[in-house]
Amino acid sequence: MLEKRIINILRDIVGKEYVSTEKTDRICYSYDATQQQFYPDVIVRPADAEQISLILKMANAENIPVYPRGAGSGFTGGSVPTQGGIALVLTRLDRILRIDQDNLIAEVEPGVITASLQKAVEEVGLFYPPDPASLKFSTIGGNVAECAGGPRCVKYGVTKDYVLGMQVVTPQGDVIRTGGETMKGVVGYDLTKLMVGSEGTLGVITKIVLKLLPKPEAKKTMLVMFDSIDGAARTVSNIIRGKIIPTTLEFMDATALECVRQNADLDIPESARAVLIIEVDGDRELLERQAARILEIAAPLGVVHTSIAASDEESEQLWQVRRSVSPSLRKVNPDKYNEDICVPRSKLPDMIRAIEAISNNLGIPIVNFGHAGDGNIHVNIMVDRSIDGHEEKAEIAIREIFAKTLELGGTMSGEHGVGTSKAPYIPMELDSATVVYMKAIKRALDPKNILNPGKIFLEDL
Amino acid sequence: MSKHKDIEAYRKQLRECVKCGTCRAHCPVFKQVQSEAVVARGKISLAEALMNGEVELDRRLISDISQCLACGRCVRKCPNQVPTDEIILALRRRIGREKGLTLFGRGVSTVLQRPWLMNLLTRLGRMFSWLVFRKVPQSSGLRLRFPSPYISRDRTIPEIAPRAFRQSHPEFIAGDEDKPLVTFFTGCMINHMLPEIGDGVLAALQSLGMNILIPKDQGCCGLPALCAGDGQGAACLADRNLEALTAHKADFIVTACASCHSGLTKHFRDLGPDHAALAGKVMDIHEFLVDQGFDEKLLQLPRQENPQPVGYHVPCHLREPGLKEAPRKLLSALPSIRLVDMKHAGACCGLGGTFSVYHYDISKKLGALKAEGIRDSEAEIVATACPGCIMQLQDTINHAGMSQQVCHVLELVAADLKNADIGQANRKEAKLR
Repeated sequence: MLEKRIINILRDIVGKEYVSTEKTDRICYSYDATQQQFYPDVIVRPADAEQISLILKMANAENIPVYPRGAGSGFTGGSVPTQGGIALVLTRLDRILRIDQDNLIAEVEPGVITASLQKAVEEVGLFYPPDPASLKFSTIGGNVAECAGGPRCVKYGVTKDYVLGMQVVTPQGDVIRTGGETMKGVVGYDLTKLMVGSEGTLGVITKIVLKLLPKPEAKKTMLVMFDSIDGAARTVSNIIRGKIIPTTLEFMDATALECVRQNADLDIPESARAVLIIEVDGDRELLERQAARILEIAAPLGVVHTSIAASDEESEQLWQVRRSVSPSLRKVNPDKYNEDICVPRSKLPDMIRAIEAISNNLGIPIVNFGHAGDGNIHVNIMVDRSIDGHEEKAEIAIREIFAKTLELGGTMSGEHGVGTSKAPYIPMELDSATVVYMKAIKRALDPKNILNPGKIFLEDL
Repeated sequence: MSKHKDIEAYRKQLRECVKCGTCRAHCPVFKQVQSEAVVARGKISLAEALMNGEVELDRRLISDISQCLACGRCVRKCPNQVPTDEIILALRRRIGREKGLTLFGRGVSTVLQRPWLMNLLTRLGRMFSWLVFRKVPQSSGLRLRFPSPYISRDRTIPEIAPRAFRQSHPEFIAGDEDKPLVTFFTGCMINHMLPEIGDGVLAALQSLGMNILIPKDQGCCGLPALCAGDGQGAACLADRNLEALTAHKADFIVTACASCHSGLTKHFRDLGPDHAALAGKVMDIHEFLVDQGFDEKLLQLPRQENPQPVGYHVPCHLREPGLKEAPRKLLSALPSIRLVDMKHAGACCGLGGTFSVYHYDISKKLGALKAEGIRDSEAEIVATACPGCIMQLQDTINHAGMSQQVCHVLELVAADLKNADIGQANRKEAKLR
């Protein structure tokens, strides 16, 4: 528990009503979407960089851990206060500062909800592409800190491809600027890229300058069913090899299809063992040609059925099939381990086959779906923790899947980050010299390890 | 002991919340308050902590649990369909049991359980209303002259009707012999404050030649008592309604209040097989009329020139598919009006039953959002399907200094039937074919 003196300092900095040590608040700011719970000692909701700077200076002087937090919707424990201390809730910094239509950029505060930003820029004909599934409630600050992805990233890239510059409060309380507002810029180290995806361990982001694109004129959505997962996976590889980059290229395996079969508006024939949802966007006249070319590539690979959306409503119906997978997974088993591995796109068929073999060997269902177009698979290991041995089997499955991913030249997380959930597996992917290099950066910037301690690296710094 | 499920019975459902945060995007109160304790995910964590003995039922927790409109958005949008609305009601029942009801909750429960007391109070209320209330200019509403602990002085409240709806109509109104018997559950607000809605329901049903039963023994639907945490009182009301509504073998039971509909169809199912059967039989009047093809018949009425622009506010308790479209279908079929788009038409009005009594400031903020949508639309009339929403929306419009009138869909239906000389006035002769 923090001393009364510390709480009073925090109250002086941000104002009394924005500091809480109430038990109910400590409970409500203890979790994220990993469902782990660690109670913070105090919840502080600052208004600006200046206040955050004072908080971090004090925390350094007093050796108190500080855990930056947006919506708390992360999948790897990035915002969970594992060592107590201060939960630094950033949702009051929620202004869109400007949308600059002359330079196609936007300047925002970290607490802006990603969907609100997208709506605001689309109203003036612009486009912010990264679209994590949580976009209606996750914050842009959290998206930047975790380098969020989403279905559209196949064509448009991930969050880091849109961050031009930032204002950051360093772990020791200095306010710095990274990057800028220009499309190019090579003065000094690229701190922007270092900050994006640093999971709140290297600084607290207080302003973000984002690159915007013109909003595409139109889009076309197709849903293609295959008689084998292999056919679907090979279609993905062939589309990419055919030098076509669709906007999205999502897939679902047979178990995922089974989960949604009853509730889908769409007839899913028994012979369908995998589905690809493919969307192309851009100039209206180019779409038809691109779509036709994609269907041509898929045709010889075991297509069972093809639906092409004729309207936005029908497109929404096709997407509903994909969106209803995640919630319906509980039909398979009550508990899930959700990994988001990413492999080179040409290796997708190999990876899918390997996961199938691991699932069969261990006798536990593994449901695969996700962003096939960039090789990013959401692997859902479905277990029942109340059954003896299930948890151990899940652990073995995770290790085997990670090992195969790395063997194929992939990475164990495409977009969810490391946080606490993947920290134990870091040595599988990063050699010790690389880890030493990373830790040296963290140690130099945060010598007392007060900013989001316990994340990414398990052992002491 | 309440017959409703105890919070302990929800352990499994509580575990199904994976803390994904989807509820943050949909909770109207959270959008105003921005505190995690308000949103479904937070309340579920608090319920778990309470059951595990990590937190006590202190003032702060009770206040957090009271911050819910019972609008059901979090449940509908939840990927795992965790029934947060039921969980919150179960928590409130536990609070009521262990800490006692609030003065207001006790008042609500006492009055609503005793129809004679309600009748007496409304009669007295009407008699002395000039003493307590002043009229709001340009509207039919009233405001308190003096401060009161629960009702803010700047709040508009509808006038009490000169005569309660159920007292001004016979219990049975005969229709055509070959037509079904429809039981009308009025609810308290239609009975005592807005009987014109009831008149609208009768006009529509009579134009179809229906036989109508308005059971005298029916009472409050029980939702206000349930929301206040009085499980026992709510269950008593449910038992009384079960008896009153099933005494005669009606073919249909209809409501014209979205909240009563939700109360009767959703919240008493678990009390027993008879309650579940009753719940399965209750229909919203709009849904019923559309099922009977009434909208098709309205479309055959002669169209009028310069139809009046009307916006539709979707009550939170009529958002389910099937229920959601029916009022719009009827409105679009009316000859004298033109249904126009209204921004935030689906946003909560902010009433939330007792919510607005305890949290009127947040309620007003939610209202302000609605006012913005109404102002930016062409609508001269805002129609809706819930008397509670009508009260709140009129209050909102008065606060914003606007001039739109709020009414029930069935009032507009009745007006057009009257224009076409169909319905109550000459029900023997003219009917919709």
